[in-house]
Amino acid sequence: MNNILEVKNLQVSYHTYAGEVKAVRGVDFSVSEGETLAIVGESGCGKTVSAKAVMGLIQTPGVIKEGSEINYGGKNLVAQPESEWEKYRGGECAMIFQDALAALNPTLSVGKQIAENLIIHRNCNKREAMEKAVELLEKVGIPEADKRVKQYPHEFSGGMRQRVMIAIALACNPKIIIADEPTTALDVTIQAQILELLKELQKELKTSIILITHDLGVVADMADQIAVMYSGKIIEKGSGRDIFYHPRHPYTWSLLNAVPRLDGDRKKNLVSIEGTPPDLLLELKGCPFVERCAHCMNICTRQAPPTFTFENEHRATCWLHHEKVQGEYPFETGGALCVEKA
Amino acid sequence: MCGKSIIEEPVLQVNHLKKYFPMGKGQILKAVDDVSFEIGKGKTLGLVGESGCGKTTCGRTCTGLYSKTSGEVLFKGQDVHKLRGKDRKAFTKSVQTIFQDPYASLDPRMKVSELVTEGLRIHNMISNKKEEQERAQELLRLVGLQAEHANRYIHEFSGGQRQRIGIARALAIEPEFIVCDEPISALDVSIQAQIVNLLKEMQAKMDLTYLFVAHDLSMVRHISDQVAVMYLGKIVELTTSDELYSHPVHPYTQALLSAIPIPDPDVEKKRERIVLTGDVPSPISPPPGCRFCSRCKYATEQCFEEEPEMKKIGPEHYVACHLCK
Repeated sequence: MNNILEVKNLQVSYHTYAGEVKAVRGVDFSVSEGETLAIVGESGCGKTVSAKAVMGLIQTPGVIKEGSEINYGGKNLVAQPESEWEKYRGGECAMIFQDALAALNPTLSVGKQIAENLIIHRNCNKREAMEKAVELLEKVGIPEADKRVKQYPHEFSGGMRQRVMIAIALACNPKIIIADEPTTALDVTIQAQILELLKELQKELKTSIILITHDLGVVADMADQIAVMYSGKIIEKGSGRDIFYHPRHPYTWSLLNAVPRLDGDRKKNLVSIEGTPPDLLLELKGCPFVERCAHCMNICTRQAPPTFTFENEHRATCWLHHEKVQGEYPFETGGALCVEKA
Repeated sequence: MCGKSIIEEPVLQVNHLKKYFPMGKGQILKAVDDVSFEIGKGKTLGLVGESGCGKTTCGRTCTGLYSKTSGEVLFKGQDVHKLRGKDRKAFTKSVQTIFQDPYASLDPRMKVSELVTEGLRIHNMISNKKEEQERAQELLRLVGLQAEHANRYIHEFSGGQRQRIGIARALAIEPEFIVCDEPISALDVSIQAQIVNLLKEMQAKMDLTYLFVAHDLSMVRHISDQVAVMYLGKIVELTTSDELYSHPVHPYTQALLSAIPIPDPDVEKKRERIVLTGDVPSPISPPPGCRFCSRCKYATEQCFEEEPEMKKIGPEHYVACHLCK
């Protein structure tokens, strides 16, 4: 399949008074047409920063470091001037933000906010753009769209606002939609509505979606590929089935077991991951997960683990897959096809 | 289930509790509207529902943080809202709340040791600084923090650690009953499991009774003995945890359960999902008849006109729906 977006060795740092916070530390991923890539991780693991970098929204004190590549349409966008970014942002790649109330402009009617995109990127005049805005609102399932197009964000409920956000993102038929925790602020019944809508729209428009979330449940039904992030790095990546049924990193395994399941055993204690993620101000010497890992070995504290590749492009960055490691683990180890040095 | 208690030793009994807020212009917001339940000693009742359904208001009214509009809340047989003076102070010693937002509920200008021992000072349970330090360190160890954390300020901690401090603060005066008001919704999944396991451990150790308010049904299942589902100020279904998840009866409970994603792709693909249309109506002017009728696919004419009564349909299983006979 053709990759429409390729991110290579993405590094983002924030320069603060306390020092350099390395929020993203060398991340690689790619998305092909009509595919959904889910980036999963805890708060502070760098998933939102990665998404912002792909949208070109990193602002000072943040910088995308040299050597990072964001390849789209045969160009490395990191090296391009702002004018190139402006064409791409909103036109080719659009973002759905987590908090729709904060992301929408409270002083403009929703219609104007949708039309804005069309006027800038598609050379529509105002009247055409407003007509298109009504169509878009209908498409995302807002009843009485012709009336509601003139209303302001505060007149919409949480779920409806998120629908408006989706309409704005869809306005220019982008190739890629980045959805940054689109349902985290919503109730479960509304979350089900929004996810259903995103799936339908993807089927119809063949858009690629990068779905960022901390909820593995949301991802189960949607993601073709899953990347699990931890302290600025992707520690495991693979197809949805591989990640859910054959996790190869202890973090992924414990994350899957920390989620309470409706069909699971109620009396069983949840697997909790003790401790907290490391401080991103510090230079990480070994594996970032070392302090919370139940299967930590000597080498884990001293040397960063290499990335092992398995069948079906399933990758995991963990020493447990080294040929010398033996022992019984609740997740799969060993059997790597090839190894890349960290 | 009204009037007489069915549990042998109820710690909390709530009978026909109502809490209305005046909204001006003669409008009334019925946040909690005729709610009844009871919790036995050492048990946990989970109170679940979507945002705005009145579950937090219900929790706060039970602890006396809000006055009631009508009905009664009995804590070990005493009416919570009629307590004054000494009795009221004794009541505040046996009831504590763990709040939702560990960022907003802890004073940033107080040291951790002062925060966790504030209740002890108020109830004269410690006499000097040395004792305060000792108790603070003991409590911090109890909730899985380190003794040296006692002299730090709250901004130095992560969300999960702050919630542990919130729990230590609630446990300090050795209460009997704790209202947990969405204690985990602001935390990451891996940390949520830590906190739920901690709460369960404390319950086993200190024989605590919990009212666990949450919107996350899958977490509630892990901690509750009984679960009450709220919708627009009313309890629509109340039963044991196992029964609720294996045989949900009310259409709203069914929809709520089916909306929760399961982290398993194969199960998800096979599952049939009930997607509710529309939003929760405003609690300021709720529809007449059943509150859920506007979103219910089984609604009949009767549902739009007549309000359903709470009915017993099995041992410890109560439902408010016209369709369940």
